[in-house]
Amino acid sequence: MDVLDLSRWQFGITTVYHFLFVPLTIGLSVLVAGFQTAWHRTGNAAYLRMTKFWGRLFLINFAMGVVTGIVQEFQFGMNWSAYSRFVGDVFGAPLAMEGLMAFFLESTFLGLWIFGWDKLPKRVHLATIWLAAIGTNISAYFILAANSWMQHPVGYRLNPATGRAELTDIWAVLTNSTTLAAFPHVIFGAFVTAGAFVIGVSAWQLARRREVDLFRASARAALAVTLVASAGVMLSGHWQAQIMTEQQPMKMAAAEALWEDETSAGFSIFAVGDVENGRNHVNIQIPYGLSLLSTNTLDGKVEGINDIQARYEKTYGPGDYRPVVGLAYWSFRLMIGFGALAGLLALAGLWLTRRRRLPGSPWFYRIGVLGIGLPFLANTLGWIFTEMGRQPWTVFGVMRTAAAVSPGSDVGEVATTLVGFTLVYAVLAVIEVRLLLKFIRKGPEPEDAVHQDEPALPALSY
Amino acid sequence: MELTTVWFLLIAVLWTGYFVLEGFDFGVGVLLPFLGRDEAERGTLVRAIGPVWDGNEVWLLVAGGATFAAFPEWYATLFSGFYLPLFLVLLALIVRGVALEYRSKSDSTRGWDRAFFWGSLGPAFLWGVAFANIVRGVPLDARHEYTGGPLDLLNPYALLGGAATLALFTLHGAVFTALKTTGELRERARTAARWTGLAALVLGGAFLLVTQLMTGTAGTWASVAVAAAGIAGALVATLRGRDGWAFAANAAAVVAVTVTLFGGLWPDVMPALDPANSLTVHNAASTPYTLGVMTWVAAIFTPVVLAYQAWTYWVFRRRLTVTR
Repeated sequence: MDVLDLSRWQFGITTVYHFLFVPLTIGLSVLVAGFQTAWHRTGNAAYLRMTKFWGRLFLINFAMGVVTGIVQEFQFGMNWSAYSRFVGDVFGAPLAMEGLMAFFLESTFLGLWIFGWDKLPKRVHLATIWLAAIGTNISAYFILAANSWMQHPVGYRLNPATGRAELTDIWAVLTNSTTLAAFPHVIFGAFVTAGAFVIGVSAWQLARRREVDLFRASARAALAVTLVASAGVMLSGHWQAQIMTEQQPMKMAAAEALWEDETSAGFSIFAVGDVENGRNHVNIQIPYGLSLLSTNTLDGKVEGINDIQARYEKTYGPGDYRPVVGLAYWSFRLMIGFGALAGLLALAGLWLTRRRRLPGSPWFYRIGVLGIGLPFLANTLGWIFTEMGRQPWTVFGVMRTAAAVSPGSDVGEVATTLVGFTLVYAVLAVIEVRLLLKFIRKGPEPEDAVHQDEPALPALSY
Repeated sequence: MELTTVWFLLIAVLWTGYFVLEGFDFGVGVLLPFLGRDEAERGTLVRAIGPVWDGNEVWLLVAGGATFAAFPEWYATLFSGFYLPLFLVLLALIVRGVALEYRSKSDSTRGWDRAFFWGSLGPAFLWGVAFANIVRGVPLDARHEYTGGPLDLLNPYALLGGAATLALFTLHGAVFTALKTTGELRERARTAARWTGLAALVLGGAFLLVTQLMTGTAGTWASVAVAAAGIAGALVATLRGRDGWAFAANAAAVVAVTVTLFGGLWPDVMPALDPANSLTVHNAASTPYTLGVMTWVAAIFTPVVLAYQAWTYWVFRRRLTVTR
């Protein structure tokens, strides 16, 4: 492996790992804020206990998101200095805005929330969790604006004198159609993630008939959130697919293993491809599916990989402009599959728990617990698809990944940091999961321990 | 004022904020094994920074992001050049953050306390090493890529810089602890402040003097004097039991040290050993349009951030008592 490969692995590992925690943070912050609001409105102590129980799991997860986020802020400079020089004028702006508008907000107000139970008036304390939750959502917007610019660069010009991208219209960058579609997709996905997490943990408790009222209420709220959010993921995903077909046709073609231009193209369910010769051996399709998905018409034209490759060679010069087709194809499919399963699970769960019912068979609860994994898989595969499907570009049509890497770094250094981050992240993952399990098993605090007037609760303080 | 000047100042402000704020929570980490004799005391020390440390650390993230937006060349050169030290800082900050959040939730705190100690000591030292190298100048080629090796960064001047920031931040942590605690813990923190104060005066004084003679201007003599006076003032105030004044004086010293470093740097942001390859506020900067946009964002949001962070410190202004 050379520096480029190692740097790509490092970015992939650290970013995918970071994004295991981020969606749970985004979704759970709002759910916890919602529970606390319910307590504030009704005075029902069960909501306070829910706030504290889910709040503690939220904090365990949040810490991992924060510390792995530090690496994200600096690794563009570390491993991708050529990229940083080239795009800093455009790409740095949303990153700096994210820090100033979102990171300060979430970290400061979360500190106030954790330690402020007995120091702030109730209403102000409720506001702190909402501000932290808003911060996490704003953060997602700016980072997606930055990423979307790599998918679909807008609002800039190339300065021939310096050979750099220069920002000409910040508004265009912040309202990039790619961002506007990606943001709801990611946020809805985050709510599915948090929803599935709450459903799964509640299912584990309900299977043991522990704190039935509390966990039934948690599960019902999470099931509803997950179902609505799943619908949101699908609708926004559909919108994204159409934008992608237009902006990055190669990515869409690879996602579908569609080799030649086609009208009335089918949506492939299962294909075995032959990348060398640019065709499929086997391809099972839903007729008209792809044309419908990409163009909203049954007979819309969708471009194929071989045709786009020929066109790109004319535009960008000789080279291979195809991403790893098999990876794009399967990550796209499995993302949709796992995401859809999570939605179905929520639908089934709502039905099974209707009108104060709880299913008897342990299998329902086991499936509920396993369901936690679905959105995490879908999120991860979604990002792998988005980023790998853009290859060989780092900024689509403008800068290739091979040109973006730090020219000064050597294999030994990058290998050291790759191994270092991976090992530390692996150890922390084990610790985090064990801690989550410990507090899930422990269950919510007993009713008399969570009274508002008590001094700082050890459970939620350091 | 030119926008590049504005952004040089703003980035100096962000680093200053970072050092003043996270400086004391680094110091608390370094002092933890010495001041906290039992679990109750160590828990109190961690609680003293609990509500604020994460907000303090964001100053670093924003300094990084602002450098990327305003001086992309500086961002690229600095973080790709200082690759391994930055990696160590990042690892330290990761381990430290997790330790702070997880220690009270775990059955055993010993491992976390060790992680908190090393995770605080490492960056407190390495930021000094990094800034000393920035001020001194490093080998850069015509593309502004760093051409030295990792060991070139460990020159005597840089090590002195590391020792200076370590001593200064430890002192900062000691005066902060004295201000935030009561009883024996406070007494021990005041004793620690006396010793670390002397170390900070000697090491910081030596570092600033060398820096001043190397890169200083007439203006930075003033900041060197303020830094020395601040540390001395913190010592005197500690001896007199005036914890608030001690903390304020040392905060002024941290500000003055950062001002000296950035004052010595201007108008370069990353001087090269061959001055032709130096990065300056002009050749490292973004376009006026980007700087203009970011100036508006900073002008609107910086006061808001300062207001709510100040309010946080007000909410948690009380001294903590060790409860067993």
